[in-house]
Amino acid sequence: MVTFLSKDQIWNYLSEIPDPEIPAINIIELGVVRDVKVDDAQVEVIITPTYSGCPAMKMIEDNIYLHLKSKNIDNVKVTTILSPAWTTDWITEEAKEKLNKYGIAPPQKEIACPQCASQNVECISQFGSTPCKAQYRCKDCREPFDYFKCH
Amino acid sequence: MEMKEAIFNYCLRYADSSLIIGHRLSEWCGHGPILEEDIAMTNVALDLVGQSRSFYQYAAKVEGKDRTEDDLAYLRDEREYRNTLLTEQPNGDFGQTMMRQFLFDSFQVLFFEKLKESKDEDMSAIAFKSIKESKYHLRHSSQWVIRLGDGTEESHQRIQNSLEDLWRFSDELFEMNEIDEVLIKDGIAVDLSTIKDHWMQNVVDVLAEATLNVPEDTFMATGSREGKHSEHLGYLLAEMQVLPRTYPGAKW
Repeated sequence: MVTFLSKDQIWNYLSEIPDPEIPAINIIELGVVRDVKVDDAQVEVIITPTYSGCPAMKMIEDNIYLHLKSKNIDNVKVTTILSPAWTTDWITEEAKEKLNKYGIAPPQKEIACPQCASQNVECISQFGSTPCKAQYRCKDCREPFDYFKCH
Repeated sequence: MEMKEAIFNYCLRYADSSLIIGHRLSEWCGHGPILEEDIAMTNVALDLVGQSRSFYQYAAKVEGKDRTEDDLAYLRDEREYRNTLLTEQPNGDFGQTMMRQFLFDSFQVLFFEKLKESKDEDMSAIAFKSIKESKYHLRHSSQWVIRLGDGTEESHQRIQNSLEDLWRFSDELFEMNEIDEVLIKDGIAVDLSTIKDHWMQNVVDVLAEATLNVPEDTFMATGSREGKHSEHLGYLLAEMQVLPRTYPGAKW
């Protein structure tokens, strides 16, 4: 165990871990990492689930262990907390831009097509391929797209 | 009854209800009437199973006997389950499933709204987390109740029948016993009598929009608070529990 690790270093390492379902953004940008605690004995990473049943959470936890291990940090503890509850307000502006480029309309009041930016869109289904998304269609360019739900 | 025992049993009640109705919804996986609804029902199922896990994890911690969330879900028998009778009723057709979900979601939203104020921090945290999901579920199930009720003659009649079939399980959602008594005193549990009128109002409003008639003078079923279930739960548990019971500790 290296003892001169700083919190900032850990945060940097964690920002290298992509979201397993939406690899365009990392787990920091997604807002699921709430805190990092470093002391001589161990590194504790505190995370919170997006949705109660999101299957990616176990994967995110495993990936934190694996990635920090690859940086020779062995004594890691991942703690899951429920409060305060995750909200899409924690997704950074930069990450919202990345989502849009990736083809997923980011959470916002005025939903716009990530292809042609038209706001002439319709909801096909409140639910989508992951718990955090809904399905939409652009009525101008006719492309269907995923929308990251406000939560 | 001791406080610890009461909290344990209280959590199990709500964990069981979410798990069982979540499992019911998951039975639709691959059988939904359209792809979008197949995805919707399995998404809702995931949230509900997730919510039940939060309650089971906390129950296991409170009990302090080295039982895990999996032990609580997979290794208890029918008579130990405390889910409300509504949640174990068979799926029937899509409308029947949506009606069951609508009655359940309407309860969950009001229940979590109050549980947020619980003096028990863990339960309050579960409520804050779950309510956003349950509100979204309610939006979905309400829309379908309205669409099918105010749809064709056929869809109207079928979902009216579902309502009449399921209405007798609605009173039980609000039943309280010794567990509630112990916990309400300390501001931990929700006094269910305080949300019943609100539930009725919300439900009646949606049913009116759906042009459905609220059943009157219905016989009300009861029993789940004591572990007395309808014949359906045993079959459901047999399927849900077969793997961990046949291969204890199995992992993949």
